[in-house]
Amino acid sequence: MTIKYTEDHEWVRLEGDIAIVGISTHAAEQLGDVVFVELPDVGASFDQKADMAVVESVKAASDVYAPIAGEIVEVNNAIVDEPAKVNEDAGGAAWFVKIKPSDLSQLDGLMDEAAYKTFSENN
Amino acid sequence: MRAVKSLRSHGQPGLALFLTPYTDGTNMTELKKTALHATHVSLGAKMVEFAGYEMPVQYRDGVLKEHLHTREKAGLFDVSHMGQAFLETKQTPLGASDAHEKIATALETLVPGEIQKLRKGGLRYSVLLNEQGGVLDDLMITRPFGDDDQGALFLVVNAAMKSQDFALIEKLLADHATLKIADDRSLLALQGPTATNVIADVIPGAEAQTFMTMRQYQWEGSDVYVSRCGYTGEDGFEISVPDHTAEQLAKTLLDHNDVAPIGLGARDSLRLEAGLCLYGHDLTPETTPVAGNIGFVLGKRRREEGGFPGADRILKEYADGAENLRVGVRPEGRAPAREGVKIESTDGIAIGDITSGGFGPTAGGPVAMGYVDAKFAATGTKVHLIVRGKALPAEITDMPFVPHRYYRG
Repeated sequence: MTIKYTEDHEWVRLEGDIAIVGISTHAAEQLGDVVFVELPDVGASFDQKADMAVVESVKAASDVYAPIAGEIVEVNNAIVDEPAKVNEDAGGAAWFVKIKPSDLSQLDGLMDEAAYKTFSENN
Repeated sequence: MRAVKSLRSHGQPGLALFLTPYTDGTNMTELKKTALHATHVSLGAKMVEFAGYEMPVQYRDGVLKEHLHTREKAGLFDVSHMGQAFLETKQTPLGASDAHEKIATALETLVPGEIQKLRKGGLRYSVLLNEQGGVLDDLMITRPFGDDDQGALFLVVNAAMKSQDFALIEKLLADHATLKIADDRSLLALQGPTATNVIADVIPGAEAQTFMTMRQYQWEGSDVYVSRCGYTGEDGFEISVPDHTAEQLAKTLLDHNDVAPIGLGARDSLRLEAGLCLYGHDLTPETTPVAGNIGFVLGKRRREEGGFPGADRILKEYADGAENLRVGVRPEGRAPAREGVKIESTDGIAIGDITSGGFGPTAGGPVAMGYVDAKFAATGTKVHLIVRGKALPAEITDMPFVPHRYYRG
């Protein structure tokens, strides 16, 4: 499954019927050193674009929005324990949550890798 | 499905909003540049708007590494956006035996510090006050060392306040003094435990100065004023240098193995850990020096004699205590509490606000300062911080969060 990106710099990747969600490497680079991550509870549900997590760098706090609506089925506590992992591997090991999507068609409205690359270079 | 959280309930920006603040509406071409602008760009700085200047917020290493480097070795900061000026008496010639007394007496009408007894070559941290005793700015006041320069005082004020400060000083002291704004001078800060070794190589002799003293040197044909002070809690120096020599001096300092360039981001986290105030946040026209917990700026003689703006209120607060006090606040968890966060008592009563806060890289966790009702200001008092709608436990603490390491000889 290909990866998709939001204009809010989250990424989402389907594995089977579960969506893995994180923030983009570009976002992590721009944020600088991440020092705090707050993740939602497993079982919580979110609309698309609802704020579901918090990431704070030495500079500022930002909300992380759900790129796709659904229920949280797993969270990555490793990044809560070691927020710096977000700077090391934002696109991989430092995923934020896994969501059971309620409407897969929402993915169609997101950007693919090439479109996001162009977008992030201009934003 | 369980209840869906409302959209954007945290009330803070998403990543997209955060990632673009440096370009939103601010035309960087209209901003002022320091003499080191090209140096910053060549060092890979991320430039941002600050107080009307285009300034480096960080370099390639990022805020965290820059902060830790400064605590471990030495960091070089461009603080040329700050206001430098010489205030000179016009009541008697410079160098006259009564010249210092004249200029000190004049400036003491605006600040509560003991300026008359400041030693030659000594610095004092002080505040400009309004008639209500509120702080208009904080500043450094230096008495020159040289006999011929007596009757002048060297002032360094905050960048965002300099126009206002200088206009006020000129207006109120017009009969007594001339203000010569030194806008042709840069200001470099070299901070950290090995700053003294670096300065010994570059400006020999300055390493022997003790904390809060200034001496003048010739460096590559230019007059440089080296003050042993800073804004990080570390030993270090601030060097006033003519613009035309600033780049050469900065590059010479950066050539030293221990020295790395440090941006405004780390400057803020360093000063926060050191418990030092950021004007406009931790001190404002609404806060007095007593409430601001900088009562040490009140000279002993000045407390007895008064004669500074707002003296009645300030001296009453000094004797009886202020209603609110600036305190250190340490969140017990890991979530930083930033400016604007409400402080509540453990039973939910509003008692104050955080005025500066963030992650302290050396403290290894979140640190903050803010104003609380004096009844809750005692060290060890448990409080709650309202972060994103949740009450997070925290404790009132002494400052600094990281011990000062000034060189007192």
